[in-house]
Amino acid sequence: MNKGNPNSNQRQQSERLRQVGLEQALKIAIASGKGGTGKTTVATNLAHVASRNGQSVVYLDCDVEEPNGHIFLKPEITHREPVGMLIPRVDEEKCTLCGNCGEICQYSAIVCVGQKVLVYPELCHACGGCRLVCPEDAIAEVPREMGFLETGQAGAIQFVQGLLNVGEAMSPPVIKAVKAAAPEADLAITDAPPGTSCPVIESIRDSDFVVLVTEPTPFGLNDLKLAVEMVRALKLPCGVVINRAGIGDRGVHSYCQKARIKMLAEIPDDRQIAEAYSRGELICDALPDYAASFAELLQNVCERTVLKSEPRP
Amino acid sequence: MQELVVISGKGGTGKTSIVASFAALADKCVVADADVDAADLHLVLEPTIIQREKFSGGSRARIMSGHCTACGKCEEICRFDAITYDGPGNGKISKTYRIDPIACEGCGVCAYFCAEKAIDFSPVVNGEMFVSETRCGPMVHARLGIAEENSGKLVSLVRTRAKAIAEERKLDFVLIDGSPGIGCPVISSITGADHVLIVAEPTLSGLHDLGRVADLTRHFDIETQVCINKWDINEDLASEIETQARQRGLRVAGKVRYDPAVTKAQIHAQAIVERRCDAADDVRDLWKHLRDIGD
Repeated sequence: MNKGNPNSNQRQQSERLRQVGLEQALKIAIASGKGGTGKTTVATNLAHVASRNGQSVVYLDCDVEEPNGHIFLKPEITHREPVGMLIPRVDEEKCTLCGNCGEICQYSAIVCVGQKVLVYPELCHACGGCRLVCPEDAIAEVPREMGFLETGQAGAIQFVQGLLNVGEAMSPPVIKAVKAAAPEADLAITDAPPGTSCPVIESIRDSDFVVLVTEPTPFGLNDLKLAVEMVRALKLPCGVVINRAGIGDRGVHSYCQKARIKMLAEIPDDRQIAEAYSRGELICDALPDYAASFAELLQNVCERTVLKSEPRP
Repeated sequence: MQELVVISGKGGTGKTSIVASFAALADKCVVADADVDAADLHLVLEPTIIQREKFSGGSRARIMSGHCTACGKCEEICRFDAITYDGPGNGKISKTYRIDPIACEGCGVCAYFCAEKAIDFSPVVNGEMFVSETRCGPMVHARLGIAEENSGKLVSLVRTRAKAIAEERKLDFVLIDGSPGIGCPVISSITGADHVLIVAEPTLSGLHDLGRVADLTRHFDIETQVCINKWDINEDLASEIETQARQRGLRVAGKVRYDPAVTKAQIHAQAIVERRCDAADDVRDLWKHLRDIGD
């Protein structure tokens, strides 16, 4: 790729990474299956300790339906732009009502009824099929706003978040925009939405490692199993953080042991943590005793990641 | 017939625990779990499945490598970066194109335009729906396949089936456990419903997320009530939530205190109200105060 001086840039980069304790630039995603287990707590505090270690960190809030990272990182937003996707617009002058567009559309987003072609923008996936199939060249594609992209700075942390407009159903286009806007950094931390379907997949699919946050309860265990299946379907390495350790049973522990999933950290059930969280404070700031635990978690994650992704040729 | 959907915006605020309790308190009800990609209600209600139904949310494209001539048209027109030039060879050419099933959104455009008709495009099963019996009455639930799309369609199916059962058996109440967020599955779970109950928690995140999900129910013009779970974790924020809810014209139907017995109940597959504890009293009060629903 780099023609002039093939290795010097790379060498400088890896030298710099080594100085901050990293073998390579890393993308780490924080996901969960079950909602409210502490993804944002883990993601924001990891970003905080990494940045304090001197690593350049970008925090990507991909939970574009309910983004909360900004509450804890309190970034100064310096740029805001709309995120859109392309939807068809039919030129009625040219349209001969052949109905091909309605036939190719798998989402019922465009239909030919009587003397009119109707477009349902909120159902459209922007596949472009209708425009390609139209024999009269009567379909153009025009952008439709679905949400916003915000970028800024939270101390040394570069901050990016997406916001889906209320009433919009599809979050993946906004998530894609967040990822596309990520600046280069030693460490990219992605805060994913809950669940195991398309928005989560979109958020985590290009990560080097996935941290699954759960709680030691039957609900936590059930949803952790689903999340592990998802991560394995994507062929990504993962590890588990147990939050509110002590509130429930040992089900998550024995599952992780059996399924050979690395336990990365346990965050105890401490009312002080819950209260600090409720006020929108970083645990590392409000309860400095826990900063070491998050630093250890970060170290653990980085080591695991390097193990799993040895140098590519 | 009345349909109540319990949602939250933010995840993990206690939707499922509260829904399980309502199911235990309601006289004649059908309960449905609309959180199809992380369903948990079955862990408490322990349903006996009496009917299973496969769900297809759409079709998926697959290149039949034997027919592919590697012309590259499919990759050129795919908008989802789902097609890569790394499929197996076929005797005529050393490499063919391949579709990543996870990235594919099932638009079928590649199959339509493939000159060799080398792309198979047919419906896939990507979930399953169940009709069950529980100690609290009939239950409809589902499981979306891992990494699948179209959760909204499956949610609609679950709701439709729950309503059909209610009509058949002359039950006057349908109770729906929703999913977190404000996107596709949530919209599918609330459109056309009679009532929404938002379960909020007294944290800054909870307050922020309540605002967005309340905007959503207003957008769809659905009668909405709010309850505050674990209200005593932060009493100031709990009263802030009450104030903001009232300013939005939302009724606060009740508050449930933080009670470790709630987790104990979950571990024993019990609804909160099936256990003697303080939170159980709060949930009973909440149920009574739900306008037009509770006793």
